[in-house]
Amino acid sequence: MTVESTAGTATAAVPELVQLLTPEGERVEHPRFSLETTPEELRSIYRDLVLVRRFDGEATALQRQGELGLWASLLGQEAAQVGSGRAQRPGDWAFPTYREHGVAWCKGVDPLNLLGMFRGVNHGGWDPYEKNFQLYTIVIGSQTLHATGYAMGITKDGTDDAVVAYFGDGASSQGDVNEAFTFASVYNAPVVFFCQNNQWAISEPTERQTRVPLYQRAAGFGFPGVRVDGNDVLACLAVTRWALERARNGEGPTLIEAFTYRMGAHTTSDDPTRYRIADELEEWKLKDPIERVKAYLVREEWADQEFFDAVDAESEQLARRVREGVRNMPDPDPTSIFGHVYAEGHALVDEERAQYVEYAASFDGSEEVGEGR
Amino acid sequence: MAAENYSMVKALNEALRRSLEADPKTLVMGEDVGRLGGVFRVTDGLHKDFGDARIIDTPLAESGIMGTAIGLALRGYRPVVEIQFDGFVYPAFDQIVTQLAKMHARALGHVKLPITVRIPFGGGIGAVEHHSESHEAYFAHTAGLKVVSPSNPVDAHWMLRQAIASDDPVIFLEPKRRYWDKGVVDPLGEAPAPLHSARVARPGRDLTLIAYGPMVKVCLEAAEAAAEDGHQIEVVDLRSLSPVDFDTLEASVKRTGRAVVVHEAPVFMGMGSELAARITERCFYSLEAPVLRVGGYFAPYPPSRVEETYLPDLDRVLDAVDRALAF
Ligand SMILES: Cc1ncc(C[n+]2csc(CCOP(=O)(O)OP(=O)(O)O)c2C)c(N)n1
Ligand SMILES: [Mg+2]
Repeated sequence: MTVESTAGTATAAVPELVQLLTPEGERVEHPRFSLETTPEELRSIYRDLVLVRRFDGEATALQRQGELGLWASLLGQEAAQVGSGRAQRPGDWAFPTYREHGVAWCKGVDPLNLLGMFRGVNHGGWDPYEKNFQLYTIVIGSQTLHATGYAMGITKDGTDDAVVAYFGDGASSQGDVNEAFTFASVYNAPVVFFCQNNQWAISEPTERQTRVPLYQRAAGFGFPGVRVDGNDVLACLAVTRWALERARNGEGPTLIEAFTYRMGAHTTSDDPTRYRIADELEEWKLKDPIERVKAYLVREEWADQEFFDAVDAESEQLARRVREGVRNMPDPDPTSIFGHVYAEGHALVDEERAQYVEYAASFDGSEEVGEGR
Repeated sequence: MAAENYSMVKALNEALRRSLEADPKTLVMGEDVGRLGGVFRVTDGLHKDFGDARIIDTPLAESGIMGTAIGLALRGYRPVVEIQFDGFVYPAFDQIVTQLAKMHARALGHVKLPITVRIPFGGGIGAVEHHSESHEAYFAHTAGLKVVSPSNPVDAHWMLRQAIASDDPVIFLEPKRRYWDKGVVDPLGEAPAPLHSARVARPGRDLTLIAYGPMVKVCLEAAEAAAEDGHQIEVVDLRSLSPVDFDTLEASVKRTGRAVVVHEAPVFMGMGSELAARITERCFYSLEAPVLRVGGYFAPYPPSRVEETYLPDLDRVLDAVDRALAF
């Protein structure tokens, strides 16, 4: 045998993928990860998945209509987010990227809150403490360090809360992410690194970031890594729960690689036809995260048409509420620019605010004069 | 091929192409610069024509990009680095400030780092957070870096070719809101001026407006508007922020007696502060008014729906012009 390029050999062995629900909707067992679910819980999971997808679709539509400046769709990643989101307890914190709409949903964040920054009326604006859901982070990888530091604080406080740090396959290359791994490992921090490997970082495939499966990176940092079927909500739920339990029990960090696919463009500004082939998309369509839950529910006769119709109706209601909410979001007052720059205030900010107000008022005056004439 | 009407994006693309053709050591590296052609398409088509070895899609790590560019330069290459957006240069800031800027001096001249760092910068395109920053002062504050910013397609084309040809590290700030402006570029012609020279973009005798990059257009419009009120405003396009062509500024302000500096970056500790101070030193006895500055506020760049308030516009420039003329 001749040794080919290392890229070929490194990825040749198909890594283990934790799966509890096949794309066809068959429930399978895994030797390490088990999950007990009631029919009611499954229906609730299905509802989350559908509502999250509907919300996401509505946001994409709102961007097309000019109501949002940009949207980063989670299409295809619903299971990874709903699974890992539902695994969290209310006291746990999530540190998201800009795409974690499904996690936000599970944490109880009003979806409208997520849209402010995409509309351009704020940079986030929600209170992270309200639902233990940190602000979206656009600078790739930064939040993984914040998550780790937060987790270090939990250890100091001696509580059994834990943290989930979200990031992407592209982010795995960032220094910050690798530093987060190091800190988390050294301080045995109760943090779960949840990497959604959606195969793409804008136009760059995962091979541009790594030659080993991402979950294997954890070993080098001294904590376990698991690759899970990111389109299998039950597997994502089970593995995240397990990792959070480890964190709570003082066993330190875990890396979860949720193997999934970005079904849409990177954002509404992106044109994926420039860099990826449609076949790939077709292949992943067969692994849809929602269809398999539906198939399972139907097979087990745990849900009837009435239930599915009710969920659809509810999702339309949600879409309507989001649509109206976005359209009615007021533009910020110009003086809000000067708001909250400092906790304790700052003389220069105050001075410039006053100058701005005076300047703006000079226009009011001239307009009034103009109208008077 | 004769002169063509190019957008700034196309003018930059053509400059990269010419530089890649002229010197086989020239490389383009960054996130999504390959098949995608960059998020603004500045590197469009280069991957197809120059291949993987010269148009390098890098892992998502700006410190890594910058640091390896330095290594490649040490090995004799001439990397042109693309930082995807202004707000994402900060992970590379350490490499830029502690290594890129200083290595030539530390090696007593034995090492040259002919690296160009292209950064789309500034606001006005309705973007989300971190996509509208004006951080030129950080770079201009650092000895060892040269910093330039074109305001139009012709300058974009020639200044990029000059920057790439330069043996010093050049931070090349591209005014992204002007990316789609058009201009007639002749790539077979000659560079209209040395890289580090300022240019009188519009002559006038009553006041000098000084700007660079995105704000030159606003200042030209302001000068046009002021002309209707009978004021002859001169507009100087600074082009180079480090070094600054103070001779051109001095000559202009000594003629007009008044100067207003305009940039998107916050006024506090911005380029305008340095320009105002130097102009005052050089032109003290010619000045009829203090040098005024118009710029962003001392606040984070705001959400896009209020960015028009933050960004200097025609009215704010004219307001400063009026104040300066009233002295
Ligand atoms: C530090 C930094 N560099 C570059 C960018 C521009 N950018 C935004 S998203 C992205 C790709 C991210 O890929 P990945 O981590 O896989 O997450 P995904 O978007 O696929 O969810 C890039 C390069 C950024 N936001 N921050
Ligand atoms: Mg990705």
